[in-house]
Amino acid sequence: MAARELGPGQRRFSPASIGADAALLVWFVFSLFPLVWMVLLALKTNAEQISTYFAFTPTLENFAIVLSSEGERLTSVNFTQAILTSVINCVGAVIVSLVIGIPAAYAAGRWQYRGSNDVMFTILSFRFAPELMVIVPLFVIYNQIGLFDTNVGMIWVLQLVTMPLIVWILRSYFQDMPAELEQAALLDGYTRRRAFAMVALPLVRPGIAAAALLAFIFAWNNYVFPLILTGSQHTPVTVAVTRFLGGGGQAYYNLTAAAALIAALPPLLVALSIQRYLVRGLSFGAVKS
Amino acid sequence: MTTTAPPRTPAPAVQREPRSVPAWRRGLRPYVLSIPAVLIIVGILYPFVLGAYYAFLNYAAVVRRPVFIGLQNFAEILSDPAFWTSVRVTFVYAVVATVVETVLGIGIALLLNRSTLVGRIFERVLILPLMIAPVIAGVIWGLMFNPQYGVLNYVLGLGSTFDWLGEDTAIWSVILVDVWIYTPFVAILVLAGIRSLPKEPFEASAVDGASWFYMFRRLMLPMMWPYILVAVIFRFMDCLKIFDHVFVLTAGGPGDATRTLQIGAYQNSIIQLQYSQGSTYMFLLWVIVFVTARYLVSVLGKAQRRAAGSEE
Repeated sequence: MAARELGPGQRRFSPASIGADAALLVWFVFSLFPLVWMVLLALKTNAEQISTYFAFTPTLENFAIVLSSEGERLTSVNFTQAILTSVINCVGAVIVSLVIGIPAAYAAGRWQYRGSNDVMFTILSFRFAPELMVIVPLFVIYNQIGLFDTNVGMIWVLQLVTMPLIVWILRSYFQDMPAELEQAALLDGYTRRRAFAMVALPLVRPGIAAAALLAFIFAWNNYVFPLILTGSQHTPVTVAVTRFLGGGGQAYYNLTAAAALIAALPPLLVALSIQRYLVRGLSFGAVKS
Repeated sequence: MTTTAPPRTPAPAVQREPRSVPAWRRGLRPYVLSIPAVLIIVGILYPFVLGAYYAFLNYAAVVRRPVFIGLQNFAEILSDPAFWTSVRVTFVYAVVATVVETVLGIGIALLLNRSTLVGRIFERVLILPLMIAPVIAGVIWGLMFNPQYGVLNYVLGLGSTFDWLGEDTAIWSVILVDVWIYTPFVAILVLAGIRSLPKEPFEASAVDGASWFYMFRRLMLPMMWPYILVAVIFRFMDCLKIFDHVFVLTAGGPGDATRTLQIGAYQNSIIQLQYSQGSTYMFLLWVIVFVTARYLVSVLGKAQRRAAGSEE
């Protein structure tokens, strides 16, 4: 409870406190076990992959196979290429979203203008729209105009994931920033544009970085858009990983785990670096911390 | 969606400006800034509207010239038991997953809030499952669920007979994976809420000798309600359109045991190339999501006003 928060130096060892720690540990194990298991599996040889033992001699061979032509032979997807595709698509989508989203977020955070709420709620409704409702027509359109299985096509559709996030998070940052700061700059003879660039923008820079990185994670983790809108040329990692599961033939558990680990690593590293900002990001600015 | 912060008036537009900028241009400024975003919205709304239109055509890959057939798709699908199975599966999934995640998330947030050493270490790693792609979570759990070679039956001592993805168990297993991924989402939102609460009411009632449970029920829960609702809304809406990990784990099977509405639409549109039927599924799902969202957001608004009142 808020009132009974234990500060450092006054730690108590009551039965209740031990019980609470024990309960946390149970969740801790449940939460981390699949991840630990994935790492272990990724380090096992073919002979060991179907064993459930925890003791074995680790090997990095699986990662080498996944990233080489050997992996491509097994899955008909070049995993190294898939990583590159994911990076291009996600960075591209985030950049477009930033260029377009920052002005819109600033407008929505600073002014209450006619239709502003409609625009903001339409953007938010993307967050909850069933993806397939857009994908099915896009699948038909993309096939007609040649955007199927292209990076441009993916960047375009990933706006559905990255734009709402960036606009809503940044709006909450612009709202939190006192307007007096810009007014002071205007009094000093700055133009409106310069006041924005020299005063407002630097102040929300941490918010922009956090929103951009979170949008990157969401774009990276997306599965349903590339599943339907890409073929074999521009497959991103989320789709490429599932190729190792094999269809009917031999399953490569250890290779699947290695590929999954590679694909999961960038989001995990990024998430740990922006942990302070995650709450506001994940709730679209609705919960501030 | 409104913020959970107390209602605030938007900052007034800046009054003093260089004379060179006429008033009418200043008034247009927010519109000009929003134009690119609006264009993107239109660019994405176009396929969305087109998708809704497909629901009123007899459009399939084999049909060369689709024609308008009105509500025929809706009549067919609404009288198809397979659709109602999908509706039931989707709602069982969404309700169970949301309730379990909310209860567990609140519990974990309360435990973490004591800020013991264990809690501080754990807070760092809590979010890891949330940051992995759901499809990859599905892949990992799929490997663990395997009856013969998977690690779960081994660790839990279930032998090789327990089939996690069997006809009766599959729905619970995919919900379990949802709980694994998204409980941290609820936990960190609720934890942020707990930490933003004022301390005084708790101190006052502690002085009055109130029990922990009494304070939790009468003070913390009412004040926390807006934060909890935000988490519930996000989880419930996302569960209604669940796809990724369910698709890779079961592809909707066995039979139609885990055939959620989005997976049903996928099978219709992409596998069978019945664009109209898939779009009709999605249209109906969209209506469900839209109506539910409006309702939940209005509940949230009421809760926020009540919480804002109780803080005074």
